[in-house]
This record gives sequence, structure tokens and C-alpha cells, in this order.
Amino acid sequence: MKYVDEFRDGELAKVIAANIAREADSQRVYRLMEFCGGHTHAISRYGLADLLPASVRLIHGPGCPVCVLPIGRVDQAIRLATDQGVILCTYADTMRVPASDNLTLMRARAGGADVRMIYSTQDALKIARDNPERQVVFFAIGFETTTPPTAVAVKQAAAENLRNFSILCNHVLTPAAMHAILAVEGGVALDGFIGPAHVSTVIGSQPYEIFADDYAKPVVIAGFEPLDVMQAILMLIRQINGGRAAVENEFTRAVTREGNRKAQAWVAEVFELREVFEWRGLGSVPYSALKLRKVFSEFDAELKFSVGYVAVPDHKACECAAILRGQKHPQECKIFGTVCTPENPIGSCMVSSEGACAAHYSYGRLRGVTP
Amino acid sequence: MSYTRPLDFKNGRIEMSHGSGGRAMAHLITELFAKAFDNPYLAQGNDGALLPHASGRLVMSTDSHVVSPLFFAGGDIGCLSVHGTINDVAMMGARPLYLSAAFILEEGFPLMDLKRIAESMARASLEAGVPIVTGDTKVVEQGKGDGVFITTTCIGVVRDGVTLSGELAQPGDRILLSGAIGDHGMAVLSRREGLSFDAPIVSDTAALHGLVAAMLDCGACLRVLRDPTRGGLATTLNEIARQSGVGMLLQEAAIPVHQTVEAACEFLGLDPLYVANEGKLLAICAAGDAERLLEVMRSHPLGMDAAIIGEVLEDAHGFVQMHTRFGGRRIVDWLAGEQLPRIC
Amino acid sequence: MCLAIPARIEQLVGKDSAIVNLGGVKKEVSLALVEDVAVGDYVIVHAGYALQKLDEEEALRTLEVFAEFNAMNDAEGGKP
Repeated sequence: MKYVDEFRDGELAKVIAANIAREADSQRVYRLMEFCGGHTHAISRYGLADLLPASVRLIHGPGCPVCVLPIGRVDQAIRLATDQGVILCTYADTMRVPASDNLTLMRARAGGADVRMIYSTQDALKIARDNPERQVVFFAIGFETTTPPTAVAVKQAAAENLRNFSILCNHVLTPAAMHAILAVEGGVALDGFIGPAHVSTVIGSQPYEIFADDYAKPVVIAGFEPLDVMQAILMLIRQINGGRAAVENEFTRAVTREGNRKAQAWVAEVFELREVFEWRGLGSVPYSALKLRKVFSEFDAELKFSVGYVAVPDHKACECAAILRGQKHPQECKIFGTVCTPENPIGSCMVSSEGACAAHYSYGRLRGVTP
Repeated sequence: MSYTRPLDFKNGRIEMSHGSGGRAMAHLITELFAKAFDNPYLAQGNDGALLPHASGRLVMSTDSHVVSPLFFAGGDIGCLSVHGTINDVAMMGARPLYLSAAFILEEGFPLMDLKRIAESMARASLEAGVPIVTGDTKVVEQGKGDGVFITTTCIGVVRDGVTLSGELAQPGDRILLSGAIGDHGMAVLSRREGLSFDAPIVSDTAALHGLVAAMLDCGACLRVLRDPTRGGLATTLNEIARQSGVGMLLQEAAIPVHQTVEAACEFLGLDPLYVANEGKLLAICAAGDAERLLEVMRSHPLGMDAAIIGEVLEDAHGFVQMHTRFGGRRIVDWLAGEQLPRIC
Repeated sequence: MCLAIPARIEQLVGKDSAIVNLGGVKKEVSLALVEDVAVGDYVIVHAGYALQKLDEEEALRTLEVFAEFNAMNDAEGGKP
């Protein structure tokens, strides 16, 4: 596969790893946070941690949009399917997220609710067209990579007057999450950010400049493949060693400073900022999420149906919050691997394959972990 | 003798009477199943088939088949049900002798499709040399079944001196795989997900008892044979590791995967290690015999891409580990739930 | 929500779609979010949409940088 295989070359990996080993100062620690579910997954799947010296610590941040969804939001989706009898369309990632009353979307489906897994928002539109007598709701989650496809779907629904279609909007914003991380009480010890791959494709590299300028944290945007991640780590180490803090772009083949203007325009036309939104692990974060503009309010499931948001606290023993903030490692959660496993997840970090806990459980339990 | 109208295979459909035990059902069996499966045991025409003496330890296995869609590139539910159960018996080191086939048909199911399925089963059965000697037919109301469900049972005989079992793997043993993984699962899933191909992904469904016989003949010290069906290679190896109380270490670079399967998995966010196979087997053998066994497998048409993919280790945790192509190490864990296509 | 793959545009379909090809596997995707794409271009595909055109020159340059960086380090004995 072109532009995929070359970036997974094991021989080149060894070379970059050797350079990281040479340049990383063994007398200090480099705490690098990655913000992208895809990076979490790549690091685990390819065993990247094995190729890094002990001084480089990779911290998983809140880059997995499934993981940062509070229980109450999943409850809304479930209630739409069970109580309101809609056809609930969702990406497969949300199906097993534990919600209230021991429910998941998957269990709701087993109980008779019409929950359908889709690959693209186009599929949701098709379901709405094919079922004019039913209400169809799309469970819209995701960071800035996934928001433009939702915008396209809403505009298309408006153009077609598809009145039985609506969305439950949970789109969230990456820079807001980064601000929230840096503003966490007590602080999160961080030396740099590995910038998300495909989010940056859309938003460009410019939004990260504030973190370099104001917070003095270097940001290197990394592509999705393991070689990209390694090269980005090398670039971060160089900046940190040199006392610099700048935004650098390793993923030049897909990311520019301005990003994808067309996609940004679609989003700006359809969505506006919510004043506040609750995140699992970060609490209420201002201007961190999106909702539909008034002109599209007939496609807003929260307005259309009476499924108000009720905040639900996490399970008492669940450490997802601290893990999402990068303050704790999955190993430090008392129920990790015992009560909370991929078969029986207690928190969302164990459900999504990009969640820190699931990734660690599935791939990383091998090596003892230094928190 | 009263005239019985021949079955309308072009436009006819299954009706409730086809399952009621009366004339209609007898007609269906004679005209469709008996005609397709045609063998002296079935021709006895009794509820149970009277079979000759078999000498040796008996092995029996049963499998239900609920695949959807019923027809896919490289096969259908019919040949799948024949191959799958034959393979289960073969994995015990047994020679499969006889099959039974039970059908649960949904009212309204097209006779044309049923004929196609029956003929596919007949072909598979004939090629494998394992006759379908007895069967059953039931019909459920429309909406209560997914077209057709097929349950097959197979009986076989193990040759003396052969004992294969999941708890026999020992540290030091080598793990062999008979060919590329992921073909069947992706052939089925791709149809559902609207993918198309330059070179189509074709199910690898096949009866493996011939390959197994060749492997047993060569005298290699075989400990375990298993076919990685649902849950894929990863799940099967984890099962064996748990049964034997050992760990394993795989080499990702050694595991054969067709490029198109790899690309289809990329598209859908799946891992080939967890995708079902229906014509592949895993073999665990003593280290000293691995090369010889590999050669034997590669000389058989169903083992041409066979490879040594790893070894068994001592490991109290029972982890199945893998050296990635990239150079790092990871666990290859059990499949949790269904492998859901990710977008994330 | 980051799983995205680079695929080659094989055929344009209608006003806003295309068939893309990755390693021999083809799927129809929406082009609503990109502009000026032609057959032969590579795009990043996510959730059924092309998100961005892949700059092939930059891709090659990146691969070269991996090697160059390292060759440079070898030459200088690893000093930045």
C-alpha cells in the first residue's frame, strides 16, 4: 500500500530509534503527550515503546473522543433508541461504552432498540431516506477530523428536506482540550505535545502556535504511521534539548499551516461553539464543543426529543479521568485488568481500542510500567 | 400413483408444509436433498443411517452455520457447512467418514437458492469423499429465521498412536500456519461493507483432511492442530496457550497475509489476526520436526504458503506475544466482543 | 476518531464522489470536503470522506528526511 508501507519500514525504525537513543539525555525525562487516538493505537500496535529509551515517556492524553464522552451523553443516545424509538446510527466505536443502569448501545440493541453501526454519515442519510416513517438520529462524536463529515450530512439533509433526520452532537475541539490539560489544577508534568495527525489535516498547524508561544511547550505534528511518530519524537527531543518551543510539522504530506479551508468552512456554516461542555476527566470546559446553529435547529436531536442531559459521575473506582489527563497510568487504576477488562469494561478508556487502558491491556501488559 | 407436481425451482418458495412431516416434506427431501447428496446410506431411506463397523477411536464434531450473506466470493453456507465440520474432525487427527445435515428453513426462502446450496454441499461432500448420510428439515415462519441455518455433524476415526489436543503444547515447540489469514472473513465482510476489488478477496473455505493426513503420514511429532475460524488466529492461539498453560511468541513478518486482505482491513479498521479463516490450520509440533513438517505442508495444494510463525514459551501469564514488523513487541490478546470496524 | 488511510483516486463519480483504491481495494467516497482532485491523486480518506489531498512530493521528502537526518547524525557522530 503506497504511502502506508514506506512509513512502517522496520529498518528505518531502527535507525531513527538509534538517533533518539543517542540524542536523548539519559539524565532527564522527556514527558511527551500524544493527543490522537490514532497515535495511541499506533504506539501500542507496533510496540513503539520498546524502541524508545527509558528517558522518553509517552503519555496518553484525551485524544480519544469516545473516552472523553461523559456517561450522561451516552445515556442520551441510549434513551433516544429505547424510549423514543428512533433508529440510532452510530460509529462502531461507541457500541460498548458503559453507561447508566449497566447499559451499552450494544445491550440496548440486544434488548430490541434499533441501533445501527455505520461507517459514514452518508450511510445515516441513506437510512433516513429509506425509512421516511421513522426518526433517524446520528450519534455525532469526534474531534475536528470527524466534524466536517457531519456538517456535510446536515447540509445535505437540509437541502433534501429530510425531516426525519437529526444529530445528537458531541463534537469536541482539540486545542480546547490542550488548554484544559495545561490548566489542570496541580498541573500535568509535560515537556511537549505530539500533535494529532488527521485533526491537524483539517485545522492546520496554526492553532497550536499558542501552546508554543504562551505555554512554552513544543508541538510536533506527527503523521499516523509509526515512523512518523518516531520522527516526531526525535524532533521534540531536539527542541527540548535546545530549549526551544515551536510548532513543527512532521506530517507535511497532509498538513499545512492553514489546514483544509473548505472543510473548515463547512463546519463554520453548520456549527457554533457551546459555551460549556462536560468532558470525562476534564470537567466542564468552556468553548470546547460544538452545537448546531439555529438555522439548522430542526436537525438537533436534543431540541427535537425530550432527552435532557443528566450528568452522571464515573464509577467510584474508575480512574479514567486521571488517565485522560495523563496524571495516572492504567496500571495505577485499582480495577485495571481485574474488574475492568475489555470483556467487562467499567470505563470508556477500556472500550475504545484507542483508549489508554484498552491499548495498554491489549498490547502493553508485557513490560512493567514506570508511571 | 397420483401425480406429484415437480418442485418449482425457478419461482417456488419454502412453505410451512415442507417441514410438517407430510408429503410435501418427503417430496422436498427426495427431489432436492436426496437427489443432490445421492449415496447408498441416504438411499436406505430411514430416520437413522446404518453404517458399517469402524475400527479405531471415534471422533465426532458438530457445527451450526449462520453466515450472512449466504452466498459470497469463493463459497456459500452450503460448502462452508461441509468443510467446517470435516475440519473440526480432521483437527483431531481423525479421518472424516460421514456427515449429517440439519436444515432450519425460513418460510418463503427461494427454492432456487436452496437448490444452489444443496448442490454446493453435494460437490463439497463428493470432493472430500465424505457422504452426507442422514439429515433433517424444519421450517419456521417467515421472520423467524435468516433464510436458512445449517447444522452439520461429522464422525471420523483416529488412527492408532495419534493424540492431538490443545493442552499438549510445550515450551520449545514451533507454531506453523498453513497459509494466508483473513481471506474468509474479509470476503464476507467486504460484501456487506460495500468494498469492491481489483482482484477479489475470495473465501478460503476448504476441507483440510487431506493436508492433515499428509502431515500425519510424515511422522512429525504433532501436538496440536486447530483451524482458526471465528476470532481468527489470535483467538485460537490464545485458546491453546490457555489450555496448555504456556506462552507464545510470534513473528509478525512471518505471518502470511494477502495484500488485498491487508488493504481491506486497513479500510475498515480491522486486524487480520482476528479475522475468520475457513481453510487454514495451525499446527504445533516439536521443534526438531518443524522444517520437515513445513516442507510436507508446502507440497500440498492447501499448504503452499505455509510458514513457521512462532514458538511456544514458558510463561506463567500465558501471553501470546508478537515481534512486530516494526521491531517492537506487543501482546496479541483475545478478541473482546465482536471485532467492530473502527473509524477511530 | 483518527483512522484515515491514503488512497488513490481511480475514478470520479458524479459531482462529488470518487472511487478510491488502496492496495487493490476500492470504495466510493465523498469528495465534498476537498477541491481540485483528479484521477491519480492521493487523498486521505476518513469515515467515507476524502479529507485532504496528499502532497506526494512532501511524502517523498519526508521519507528522505528520515534517511538524511540519520545519515547526517552518523557523519557527525550524533551531535545535533
